[in-house]
Formats: sequence, C-alpha cells, structure tokens
Amino acid sequence: MSMVQNFPFFSIIIAMFSGIVSSVLDGKRARDLSLCGILVTTGMSAAVLHFCIRSGQSYTYMMGHFPAPWGNEIRAGVLEGLTAMMFGLVMFFAVVGGMDHTAADVEKGKQNLFYIMVDLMLSSLLALIYTNDLFTAYVFVEINTIAGCGLIMIRQKGRSLSAAIRYMIMSQLGSGLFLIGLSLLYDVTGHLLMSPAKEAVAAIEAAGLYGVPMLVIMAVVSVGLAIKSGLYPFHYWIPDTYGYATPTASAILSGLVSKGYIFLLVKIFYRVLGRENVIASEIVNVLFVFGLMGMLMGSVHAILEKDTRRMIAYSSVAQIGYIYMGIGLGTQAGMVAAVFHMFTHSATKALLFISAVGLYEVSGDRKDFRSLQGAGYKNPLAGIGFAVGALSMVGFPMLSGFISKLLFATSALQSPHKMLPTVIALAVSTVLNAVYFLRLVITLYTIPAKADVAGAMAPEKIPEAWGRGRGAWKLHLAVACFILLNLVLGLYSQPIVGWIGSGLAMFD
Amino acid sequence: MSRLRDDYENSWWRRFQGWVDGETDLLAEGMEIRVPGSGKEDPLGEGKKPDVQEQGRHSKPAAGPGRSRTVYNGRGIRYFRRFYQVMSVFLCLSIIFVLLWTVAYLPAFGNAGNPDNNEVSARYIERGLQETGAVNIVTGMILDYRAFDTFGESCVLFIASCCVLVLLRIDAAEGDEQARKRLAEANDRIFEPKNDIILQKCACILVPLILVFGIYIVLNGHLSPGGGFSGGAVLGSGLILYLNAFGFGKTERFFTEKVYRRMTLGALTFYCLAKSYSFFTGANHLESGIPLGTPGAILSSGLILPLNICVGLVVACTMYAFYALFRKGGM
Repeated sequence: MSMVQNFPFFSIIIAMFSGIVSSVLDGKRARDLSLCGILVTTGMSAAVLHFCIRSGQSYTYMMGHFPAPWGNEIRAGVLEGLTAMMFGLVMFFAVVGGMDHTAADVEKGKQNLFYIMVDLMLSSLLALIYTNDLFTAYVFVEINTIAGCGLIMIRQKGRSLSAAIRYMIMSQLGSGLFLIGLSLLYDVTGHLLMSPAKEAVAAIEAAGLYGVPMLVIMAVVSVGLAIKSGLYPFHYWIPDTYGYATPTASAILSGLVSKGYIFLLVKIFYRVLGRENVIASEIVNVLFVFGLMGMLMGSVHAILEKDTRRMIAYSSVAQIGYIYMGIGLGTQAGMVAAVFHMFTHSATKALLFISAVGLYEVSGDRKDFRSLQGAGYKNPLAGIGFAVGALSMVGFPMLSGFISKLLFATSALQSPHKMLPTVIALAVSTVLNAVYFLRLVITLYTIPAKADVAGAMAPEKIPEAWGRGRGAWKLHLAVACFILLNLVLGLYSQPIVGWIGSGLAMFD
Repeated sequence: MSRLRDDYENSWWRRFQGWVDGETDLLAEGMEIRVPGSGKEDPLGEGKKPDVQEQGRHSKPAAGPGRSRTVYNGRGIRYFRRFYQVMSVFLCLSIIFVLLWTVAYLPAFGNAGNPDNNEVSARYIERGLQETGAVNIVTGMILDYRAFDTFGESCVLFIASCCVLVLLRIDAAEGDEQARKRLAEANDRIFEPKNDIILQKCACILVPLILVFGIYIVLNGHLSPGGGFSGGAVLGSGLILYLNAFGFGKTERFFTEKVYRRMTLGALTFYCLAKSYSFFTGANHLESGIPLGTPGAILSSGLILPLNICVGLVVACTMYAFYALFRKGGM
C-alpha cells in the first residue's frame, strides 16, 4: 500500500486534530492553524486524485484492524479526490476572504471557537465525501449540522440567532429522517457498510422482498438530505441563514455544506440503494419536479428581494434546484451535469458572497441593493468578481456556469420524457437569473445621482480600514482566486467532466 | 385577531396591568404607541374595542374603512392559521401512518432468520472477546470494531460544548459596559454560599459515592455494562451536585475553565493520536504491538481502557461545563 492511500484518513484526522488543538489557542493562532490544515488537506486530496487517475481505480481503506463488514472503512476514488480538493480550495479562499470580517463580527475571546467550527466542518465534509459506512456518514452529518449552527450564531447580532434556530430545526428534521432511513435499511439488510449493504439490497430486490420498506427508505433518505441541502419546498431556512451569517460562514454554508449532503445522497444512490432501483422507484421523478420548481421559484423570490445577500441566498435555492434536476433526470449524463454544477455553484456562490462583502464595505454596509450604486468603481476587483460570479450563474460562455447549463441541456436530450420540461425550465430560469443578477451588476456600475451621494455614501460611514486599507489584499486575493477557479472550471472543463464520469463509473 | 390574544387582553393580569399603567396593550399588533389621552381609557371594561379602532386609525386615517380592513385582515389570518394547524396535524398523521405501515412490512422482531442476524453480529459475538479482549462485547464494538464512529461521537460532544460556549460564555472585555452588565446579571454567585444544611449533608455522603461509582463505571467499561459515556455522565452529575451544595467558590479550587480546557484537550488528543496509530497500523497491515492482556483483568483489552477514560473525562467535563455555563455564563 503506497503512502498516498493513507491521505484520505490523514486529511480527516488532521482537520479534526487542528479543531481540538484550537480550543486552547488564541484567535490568531487558531486561524493560522486552520488555514494550514485546510491547505494540507487540499494538497492531500489533490494527491489522492492524482493517484486514483493514474491507477484508474478506487480503493477502500480499513479504519482499524478489522475488514469490511465488521470495522469502519473509508473509500477514495477519482470523484472523492476531486470533490475534496474543490471543497478544500473553496473553503480556503472563503476563510481568507472573510478573515477581517470574522475578526470584526466575532467577539474577541470567541474567535478560536469560530475556527474550531471551521476545522470540524472541514473534517466532517471530508468524512462525508470519503466515507464508505452509513453510520459514519450519520455521525459526521451530526458534526456538520452542529458546526453549521455554530458558524451562523457566532455572529451574535441581528437575526443570526433566529436564523440559527431555524437552521437547527430544519436540519435536525432532515437528520432525523435520514436516521430513520438508516435504521430501516439496517433492519432489512443487516449491514451498515456501503458495499455489503449494496449486495444485500440487490439480493432483496432480486427476491422481490420488502418492497414497501425499500420505497420508504429511498423516500426518507432522499427527503432528509434534500431538506438539509435546501431543495425548494424545504428552503425556508436558506435566506436567513446565508443572509445574516458572517461572510466566511455564508460562503462555507452555501458553497460547501449543502453540497456535502448532495454528494452523500449521490453516493448512497450509487453505492447503497443502487441506481437502477432508485430510478425504478420513481423517487428521482419527485426530485426532478421539486428541482424544476426550485429553479423557477428561487429565481422569482430572488427578483422580489431587495437585500443583496438574501438575493444571493435565494439564487442558491434556484441552483440547488438545478442540481436536483440533474439527479432527477436519472441518466448518467444528468448525474455528471449535477456533480459539475455542484462544483460550479460552490465556486461561484462563494465568489459572490465574498465579493459582495467587498462591495458592502465601500458603500456604507447597508442591506438594500440600491445602496451599492457605483460600488464597482470604488472597489474594482470586488466589482469584477461579483460581475464574473453573476455572469457565471447566468451562464456566460467561458465561465463555469455555461458549461453546467450546456451539460444539463445535452443530458436532457437523452431522456425523452423529461427533455421538454428541462429545456423550458432551463431557458426560463436563465432569463430570470439574468433579470436579477444583471440588475445587480448594472447597479454596481451606475454612478449614483447627486442627491443620493450625500445621503447614502456619506464618507464617515465607510471605515477607512476596509476596502482599500492594508487588510484588503486578503479579500482581493480570495476574489482573484475564485475568479481563476471559475475560469478553470469553464475553460478546462473537458478533463474535469471526464474525471467526474470516471469517478461515477467507479461508484458502481 | 387570534383567540390567544383576546384571552390575553381579557385576562385578569392584563386588566390589572392596564389599570396600573393606565394605557392599552402595547404589545398587540406591532408595538403601537398610543398617544396619552387620545383614546378611551377603559381597560377594565372594553379592552378590545378601542384597540380595534386604534388599529384602524393606524392603517388608514378614515376610521370606517380602516376598521373594516383590519377585520378582514384578522379573518384572513385566522383562516390561514386554522389551515396551517389542520395541515400540520394532517402531515404529522400521514407521516406516522406511513412509518407504521412500513413497520408492518419489516421482519418480525427477534426472529432468528432476520437479515440483521448475519455474519457481522456472529463474529462480534463469537470472536469479539478474543479479538478485542473486552468481556463487554458492546464496548468492544464501539471502541475497537467501529472506533472511528465513536471518535466522531466524542467530537460531536466537543463541538456541542463549543457551541454552548459561543452562546453562553460572556467575556467582559475591558471597557465593555454592556458585557459586564450581562455578566453581573448572569452571575448568581452573589447568592452563595447558600448553606443549605440538608443539601450539604446529603451531598457530603452522596458525592463521594457518586464519583467513585462513576469512576467504577468508566474503568469497568470493558468488563461489565458501562463505559465512558455512561460513567462520564455519572461523574458529571456528581460534580454538579457538589457545585449546587457548596457553590462555585469551592468548586473553583479544583475545577476552573483552564482545567476544563486542559482535560478536554488532553483526552481528545490522546484519543485522536492513539486511534490514529491503531487505524494506521490496521490499514497498513502492521502489528500494532498493543497487548490485549487476559480477558477479564482490569488491565486488559488494549486501548479500550484508556479510551474509555478519555471519553469519560470528555463527557464529565462537558456536562459540568453545560451546567456552569447555563448558570453564570462562564466557568
């Protein structure tokens, strides 16, 4: 066994260990430790990706001295390595970009606690990606939920506490449904590890036993994880959560946390329940319809919204809808498109949240999007970042959003019954996206009328330290890297799509 | 207008309060401030009627149409709430029905041919003792076969206590008047010592017993029912009882925030490193070199005993920390 194969295990443990050690460090050291941890784990994930591409197969890793059906196990393949690397990158830039705001929003004595949450969030995301064991997945879903609540409420201002409570209730409902699903599944299969459970499920399906429990398991697991990732009818926690948390937390929650659950759902579909069974059970059609509704309703809500960050949050509802629509198509191509859109959305949404912060700084930190008039000139890089993110979400060529829309459209052509609704919804949703995103971008580059200048942008309201002071390089670095990530996903998409395809093939 | 609010308005307490303050309800319908002397001040008799007019005037200058609109809105809200209640009950009932229906199709409980009576539990039961060295098979399962999950669970406790710290710990920074005021409010130590003689005498007898019993549960986790989680909970409750009887002054002689942090850090670090070593050697098919000892002896079953101690410390500290934070926003 080569050293690289230990890396998934190392990266989970490093992230956890840095969280544990951070409890006795002060805020600054905890932050540095957390950044180092994220970088190291990202590097390890890249190595795992490289290893799996070269060897052309996935491998399982025994967590302890006992083999598969008895002990815990993790598993790494191309898709796991790729996802872990993407998540690591997005998390690193989100932490770097929102660093100064974290320092301002969080009480001084509690900053190390914030970075504990970040570390444990990273470890739980990595564990959700790499796990090959259903119960390990549940344990880390719990860690993920609690860390998410902590990240929201640590900014003890405004409505963040009520947002955290709402998030907790919805998220616990999702966890509860997921746990019920796991218990039922254990009852009918007798296994918690994914590979033996899949064999047991195949045997059950072949014998035609337990038809009702299997259907309920699929429904409960899908709905539980859909609630946690914010699919349309269960999205009411999203705008508050993303809108009132500190910027790093918003970027992490919108960009990564919901994607971790979607990844887990995809993994369970492929590695436990069996893709054919899920498609035969029509659960995918339900997800498809909810996804379509989410694509449209999320955008409509975003158009009606005045507060910029809530607008971006509602756009997340629409994008989550895209992902579930891709899963709901029920074809391999649809799944590839969904996974690619997962990456697109995590890179783009984090870019939008971080650059929106840069724009707020220079325009008096007000909620209304009209107060951002002319902000694109005052903080040029943040303005460009926001414009790039917005164009990517709308689907501008060269950017990653274009590729994911293209993939969705082409994959829709392969499933005859769902082709028409998918293509129509894509078109309508793109137009709606354009309505609110381009309105924002145009606002950014409008010189405000003289009367507004006096009221809205009184110079004393702008803290000089933000936006152009010495600390600004962090935000600029993060924005620049996110733009680069978007361009890489957009221009270098072919190999990435190929890796996703081979990674999904390794799931079977 | 909901029924709830009507009841509140007509309640004796509300009438009394209104009589004392000489005003109508401020909390109804979005904190309406009433100009003194502008309306009929009759909280005893007509608590509700002037309020409706007040709202009408608030929403529209003309009293007549405004009033009708208020009534209309109230009815709409009432219908919506009724609909909401009916739908939520319906939803819960349908979920209950679906789950019960599912249970009817599950394998019968305790049947030998059930799918969960497979090679997994067979090996746990038949070879658990010789592979883990733990007489208590459950402990062997959670701390050896599936130790990664248990590590995750202790991290759940750790992060939960971090979240409670975020919420409830009050840091009185220099010159932060508000935080200091909150700290003074939350701190109920000024009422100590309570010198409740019955409580103190009982605690004198019970606390040592509880602590010894907790330690016994932790140390015997691999031999008899028990282990870190349950023993730690017993230890934590013993500490809480001691704190209640004798006050923070005495507890802080041996248990401060520093001690808490060091104990949690030490326990979790040891757990993390020990298990990492074990996972690493296991996955790479190396000998771990940890002796399993004689099953049944107190020093046996390899890493399970130290891990139980770690889990017990974490649980005890977390329970105590929750209690202390809820009481005074600090430790």
